[in-house]
Amino acid sequence: MALHNLTLTQISKGLEAGDFTSAEITQHFLDRIQQLDQGDDGLNSFITVTPEQALADAKAADDRRAAGNATPWTGVPFAHKDIFCTDGTLTTCGSKMLGNFVPPYDATVVANMKREGAVCLGKTNMDEFAMGSSNESSYFGAVKNPWNKETIPGGSSGGSAAAVAARLVPAATGTDTGGSIRQPSALCGLTGLKPTYGRCSRWGMIAYASSLDQAGPMARTAEDAAMMLNVMASFDTKDSTSIKQDVPDYTATLNDDIAGKVIGLPKEFFPESLDGEMKQTMMNAIAEFEKLGCTVKEISLPSTDLAIPAYYVVAPAECSANLSRMDGVRFGYRCEDPKDVEDLYKRSRGEGFGDEVKRRIMVGTYALSTGFYDAYYVKAQKIRRLIKNDFVKAFEEVDFIMGPVTPSPAFKMGEKSGDPVEMYMEDKFTLSCNLAGLPGMSIPAGQINGLPVGLQIMGNYWNEAAMLNAAHKFQQVTDFHNAAPQGIE
Amino acid sequence: MALDRSDVTNIADLARLAIAEDNIGQYQEELSSILALVEQMNAVNTDDVQPLAHPADAVQRLRADVVSEENQREKYMANAPAQENGLFLVPKVVE
Repeated sequence: MALHNLTLTQISKGLEAGDFTSAEITQHFLDRIQQLDQGDDGLNSFITVTPEQALADAKAADDRRAAGNATPWTGVPFAHKDIFCTDGTLTTCGSKMLGNFVPPYDATVVANMKREGAVCLGKTNMDEFAMGSSNESSYFGAVKNPWNKETIPGGSSGGSAAAVAARLVPAATGTDTGGSIRQPSALCGLTGLKPTYGRCSRWGMIAYASSLDQAGPMARTAEDAAMMLNVMASFDTKDSTSIKQDVPDYTATLNDDIAGKVIGLPKEFFPESLDGEMKQTMMNAIAEFEKLGCTVKEISLPSTDLAIPAYYVVAPAECSANLSRMDGVRFGYRCEDPKDVEDLYKRSRGEGFGDEVKRRIMVGTYALSTGFYDAYYVKAQKIRRLIKNDFVKAFEEVDFIMGPVTPSPAFKMGEKSGDPVEMYMEDKFTLSCNLAGLPGMSIPAGQINGLPVGLQIMGNYWNEAAMLNAAHKFQQVTDFHNAAPQGIE
Repeated sequence: MALDRSDVTNIADLARLAIAEDNIGQYQEELSSILALVEQMNAVNTDDVQPLAHPADAVQRLRADVVSEENQREKYMANAPAQENGLFLVPKVVE
């Protein structure tokens, strides 16, 4: 098998067995990035590729293995979403504003991967400041979906998704504020997991909406996602919202029996308006879980429709506060010849931010302004409580909640970029998970019109191991996760 | 709530964002449609509901008041768009 078709787990085992060195496999993936990602016809899934650093890290990993100190990750190549601060390596967050920003430190997730000896090949493209569902808002250009280059890969972790789907890397990190791991994973045929809020440290992960943001793995299989979460997850005193909870070995329980587990199907995730083929694809996937001994139960999450309005208050409000640090003074873009400080702030921000970021900053500024705070932000936080209560009640009766990740497969570039509200509808099945802080994942569940779609699995707080277990058992009896885009095999 | 042009100018000013005169109309339309979307929240009575700020209702963790960061002034200053003698430069603030 060609090296790039190996899964993360297979690469880890291959390195251990001495089938190839880290230097060899790192070079192989770097060559693929050069061939398939760059130039006019390339996918544009990377903003920055770091071949010299990667090859040096690979050599160090091979030496470490020779010295007998290897971990499962030592020498394994992967990529980071360009939202994670990397000491000494350009970190843009997809924005002109940070087009020249070289962080002076590593994000905790980055440090965790480094400590294991993982080899980062570069930083992946993304919607600007993680605001978007199509990767079209990146200052560094749109990313093409390897399944069909005229369609979007999803967002905001669209570069990570396209890179893994095209086998440019076996796995990549992502972040998910309203669906940014699950939606691109679904549209590119990957297995992606957004953990419980507080599971992975947010330190050094450029903040969009701090009460919603979570980092997580994007890989081809549940087994690979488990291997990655093992290292990404940690309690971190540097993130004040990190929660002290032991990190289990997520790979240890992958093969546990799932017979007897109860799957809740919320009727709000299967509305009359849901595309017939999407519904059928989901039901076929759920039938596989029934064959594995799970039972299915119809449930209701009555506040689901309020997730979009609540999210589009909470997220913009928090982003307007977080992005106020980008003022052209200490780092990032600065306008030419400011005439005074006010002009410096306004033009640096006006010129440095793209349209979608400016829209969200303004919505958030309005929602937090005097006289409107209670009507918008506090109201949205109350709706969050209702959404959370729905889930708490549902998880008294079921082990998992399942439904579609997206209303449809990947759409054409440009199709929704002209209408922000239509673009926001893309997230209608993913937002409630973030608002409640629950873990959610997307697993490949088949194809519609030759494009992959994902089944969403939501679990109770801290139940990532059970979700990965269920996903892995599903992937043992199905083949959807092995499908590759044409020309990629 | 539909915004008028002066609302948009006022919001942009509060957010310290320079926006072109020609774009105000478009922002007016887009922000109004986003606000119309979020106002769907008003259909639900939430009088007796406690706002949720942290999904796990966790409270702020406190730490000991000790120095935890080493001094890396030069490294931090390397990203400054303009600096002199280790200080950030901005246009004159006090006349």
